[in-house]
Amino acid sequence: MSLWVGFSDGLDRVLAWADGHLVGRSGRPEGGRRAALCLLAPALLLLGVFGVAPIVSTVLLSLFDLRYGNGAFAGLGNYQEALQSSAFWNSVRVTAWYLVGVVPTTIGLGFVVAWGLMHVTQGRTLFRTLYFLPYITSAYAAALVWRALLNPQGGLANGLLEWIGLPTQQWLLEPRGLLHVVTGGAVAADVGPSLALCCVMAFDIWHGLGFTVVILLAGLSAIPQELEDAARIDGAGVLQVIRHVTLPLLTPTLYFLLLIGTISGFQAFNSFYALTQSGGNTLGTTENLVIYLFANFYDNGRWGYGAAIATLLLVAIIALALVQARFARRWVHYS
Amino acid sequence: MKRALAYMVLTLGALLVIYPFIWMVGTAFKTLPESMGGSLNPLPQAWQWGNLSATLQAAPFGRYFFNSMLVGITVGLCVVLTSLLAGYAFARFSFRGRGVLFGLVLATMMVPFEITFIPNFVVITRLGWYNSYAALIVPWCANAFGIFLVRQAFLSLPEAYYDAAVLDGCGPLRFLRHIGASMVKPTLVTVFLFAFLGSYNALLWPLVVTSDPSMGVVQVGLASFVLDSGVRLNLLMCASAFVIVPSILLFLVTQRYFATGALGSGLKE
Repeated sequence: MSLWVGFSDGLDRVLAWADGHLVGRSGRPEGGRRAALCLLAPALLLLGVFGVAPIVSTVLLSLFDLRYGNGAFAGLGNYQEALQSSAFWNSVRVTAWYLVGVVPTTIGLGFVVAWGLMHVTQGRTLFRTLYFLPYITSAYAAALVWRALLNPQGGLANGLLEWIGLPTQQWLLEPRGLLHVVTGGAVAADVGPSLALCCVMAFDIWHGLGFTVVILLAGLSAIPQELEDAARIDGAGVLQVIRHVTLPLLTPTLYFLLLIGTISGFQAFNSFYALTQSGGNTLGTTENLVIYLFANFYDNGRWGYGAAIATLLLVAIIALALVQARFARRWVHYS
Repeated sequence: MKRALAYMVLTLGALLVIYPFIWMVGTAFKTLPESMGGSLNPLPQAWQWGNLSATLQAAPFGRYFFNSMLVGITVGLCVVLTSLLAGYAFARFSFRGRGVLFGLVLATMMVPFEITFIPNFVVITRLGWYNSYAALIVPWCANAFGIFLVRQAFLSLPEAYYDAAVLDGCGPLRFLRHIGASMVKPTLVTVFLFAFLGSYNALLWPLVVTSDPSMGVVQVGLASFVLDSGVRLNLLMCASAFVIVPSILLFLVTQRYFATGALGSGLKE
């Protein structure tokens, strides 16, 4: 205890000494640019070295044909190779389907849950906690559970289908399209996302739902109850209130979720890795851009080519964010 | 009537959401044939508590767990410290270039780590940090989200507290230690929670910068256990539960701060 008191006193003296230097003789402490920079230094140094500088280095590395760190300048060779590679375009398609499937569905389901939570009186905290649990658990460990549930041999999913009397499925091992499987072959097998990819999407919707619910709850509770009440008194039904009052007022929150969802959708790795990669069984239809990048870096030691893929990924994220920002002006209302 | 419908939908949804966890815990304590049988009942006929020690013997999960905790807690504390200092500076000091600098910090949130890990890996190996705790800890000791949350928290505090402290002869750092930090405590707990979970749940970076099993963290340990365990599904689920349960416990302990920390500070614009 006296050790702590000694430490605490010492720390206070050091802080007082530092304060004296930070504030100087200039009077009001807020004025000090020097003081601010001292406080910012640790964070800015770390973010600079491990956050900003690597962006520049990634672009530089992408111009070299590096194998495990050795190699010559290659100009735009890596980009040329990527844009001509069918594996690259396949991973672009997988990423695109994934974004289209996961982002709107998560927001839609999240809205249903959050809206329901706003309209119950008991157990709101309990429900919120339950829905949030998947989000804080390791995507990798949770994905292992899903992989077991979706195992074609003895997994729960097929057990359910058998119980209902439907044909069993290959789930994560099924490269044919979802529509092909559902329509019994009426749609060609290579149209749309594969059933395996849809399973990965379902997992990530489950995993990310809680975050969306929490953010939407914050947005919904900021909407004044009087507005909805007034609309109800004027004779609007539940759906009309949602459509004409709730949703327009929620657009800033929805835009935030769209942006965050798109960025994190581009970087999905753990779920793809756990559900489809380990175990040696890899389907092309579940290889997204980050998995493709990782495979080139880790398995083949192609650092330069990997950096080129990373640069293209960054360009895609920025482009999509800008497009969304542009369209946002039309549909997002800041009151 | 409508409320009853809301309860029904929410309860059904919640059951679907937590079913995989129930199934995981149940399967973890089934016998091997029972776990592979595709039974619709998630709970074991007889709880096989021995599975726990069998799992711990099958792979050095104790060591993995120690590594993950050491790395996660250190990262969490460092992020709290750097975010506290930086968020405070952005909120309370005015200086030329503040807006640009803060914009730049926020911009790093837009760039996922998956894009920058190759040069970061090169830097780590040049520093001689491959297979070390430093490689797992140092790059993660500051993040834009933490700075953003702390800044929002300080902006929502009345300035009068600060002015009073200054009148009494208290400088910015001592104000931060004795008054400021405790006033934004819910935010700091939230920042810690997110930083810890980010580190604890990370897989790609530990895969890239460690190869020595003694440096393995739980996620990497689990990944190699998948390959080693073959088809022993019950033990694999036991290991998964072992990895997942600590983060759930941490969340349950801190969630009352989390609600005020994350929701009270500006995410709702």
